[in-house]
Amino acid sequence: MTPRDLPALTVGELQEVLRRREVSPQEALVALHERITEVDPEIGAYLSLDLEAALRMAETADLDLPLGGVPIAIKDNINVAGQPCTCASRMLRDYRSPYDATVITKLKKAGAIPFGKTNLDEFAMGSSTENSSVRTTLNPWDFSRVAGGSSGGSAAAVSANTAFAALGTDTGGSVRQPASLTGVVGMKPTYGRVSRFGLTAFASSLDQVGPLTKNVRDCALIMNALSGADPQDSTSLPVPVPDHTAQLGRDIRGLRLGVAKEHATTGIDPQVQRLVRAATDHFAALGAEIVGISLPHTDYSVAAYYVLATAEASANLARFDGVRYGYRADGPVGLLDHYERTRAEGFGREVKRRIILGTYVLSSGYYEAYYSRAQKIRELIRRDFARVFEQVDAVISPASPVPAFKTGERDSDPLQMYLADIFTIPANLTGICGLSIPCGFAESPDGVPLPVGLQLLGPALDEARLLQIAYAYERTTEWHRQRPPLSARKEFAA
Amino acid sequence: MAEQDLDIASVAQLARLTLTREEAQLFQDQLAHVLEYVDKLREVDVSEVEAAAHAVPMFNFFREDEAHAWFTPVEALENAPHHAHGLFIVPKVVE
Repeated sequence: MTPRDLPALTVGELQEVLRRREVSPQEALVALHERITEVDPEIGAYLSLDLEAALRMAETADLDLPLGGVPIAIKDNINVAGQPCTCASRMLRDYRSPYDATVITKLKKAGAIPFGKTNLDEFAMGSSTENSSVRTTLNPWDFSRVAGGSSGGSAAAVSANTAFAALGTDTGGSVRQPASLTGVVGMKPTYGRVSRFGLTAFASSLDQVGPLTKNVRDCALIMNALSGADPQDSTSLPVPVPDHTAQLGRDIRGLRLGVAKEHATTGIDPQVQRLVRAATDHFAALGAEIVGISLPHTDYSVAAYYVLATAEASANLARFDGVRYGYRADGPVGLLDHYERTRAEGFGREVKRRIILGTYVLSSGYYEAYYSRAQKIRELIRRDFARVFEQVDAVISPASPVPAFKTGERDSDPLQMYLADIFTIPANLTGICGLSIPCGFAESPDGVPLPVGLQLLGPALDEARLLQIAYAYERTTEWHRQRPPLSARKEFAA
Repeated sequence: MAEQDLDIASVAQLARLTLTREEAQLFQDQLAHVLEYVDKLREVDVSEVEAAAHAVPMFNFFREDEAHAWFTPVEALENAPHHAHGLFIVPKVVE
């Protein structure tokens, strides 16, 4: 194994070579850094890198720990002490985290080395990273297309082998959708499974931190490290955490997978539909029972989500007032002008749009009609899933109705962009867990293969079962091994 | 509800956010479109439904009320846009 081969390893494989002392954690970091230097300028997955800090941590890495010596990239809305945490916003351009988020403390305790902060839509608001104030992360499979979002930087990095694994955050699909569009595994844990302390809040009743990885086992390993109650987050659940790897490899014969009739909506790309159907057949061949189910309120989830998420965002982003941290406008005339211009100059367009919408739906006279009604519809969607999970172990669907779309193709029509979140949003509204795994490739009109993700949704706190089901699929397919031909392209160019 | 009386200027004021004329016009159109879509929530009978929290309901989750080390004043001011003498400096608030 040469250093050039290292970045392509999974977390599990890296650990093996580290524990056999074939490679030191420092060598792994340097090799990864070289790979990033080589391919990331085009892709734009990273916003900042601090090799020195990572190398210092690597010196004392305990390789016997569950993630000992493994570098993990972190979405730039999660605080890592001493590093920037810009949320890809002008508002936080010069911000440096004075503390670690709980997920970072937990990763470090498991031996991992946070390395690199990844690009996102500003404050995690978007599905393409086109709302980043810095740049758009490009899809490693096709540079004319987006990597998805909002955790597009984390997904692109894992896909391009410029990260062994990464953390993202998922408020309406922001881990699962970019995972789907770049051909990696991405999980949104149950609400409360993972602490949100130190994550820059977007919509507090919907946000969860989750892993993006090259395979299901890596996802399980990182879930082990992240999960558990946190006194700093009163919404984290005080329940025991299972070993998420324990059920991997177990038979899925007899497990029941639901296919919702409401998911057969128009607007699904025919290639995506075909691949998800083939994956469903594959599960049947593995002995799972495929069950027709109904989620009658599916069609209302996007509308309810964009009321609730923007309402919460407008309240959460009120903290950016130019006083304690973040951007501040020059020379204000009085306090009101100070607030209004600081926020006008600090926030980008989509963030402003959502603050306006959220402020409106919460404002006097409209609260009942929008916010309160959306909360009730959220309850109806929750009941739909509660009923369904009495019949099935997991629900199967596409993660995204379309493969990666062209940059610039959708950014002028926010509603169109929002509607593409139809499959992922219900999990956030209802707090259940979900993941996306690679299930094949669609072909772009230019003949470029574009990854497609299969989504599995499971009942609250049933991550281990979801991973078992995903693993059964993964070990009998080859999709997850496919990587974009970046290095080949490089060599041809040279 | 088709309440297309979305008054962008007054909402922007509530949100403490100055919009350019161009932004205000753009948002007016786009958000009217989004609100029109959101109107579909009206189709559902919610008269018997309580508002939802999340999948695993939990209440009154407390932690021990113990003092522990946290930011020093210096650390708390590290990211402040303007600070002096260990204090945040803000624009004049009273006339």
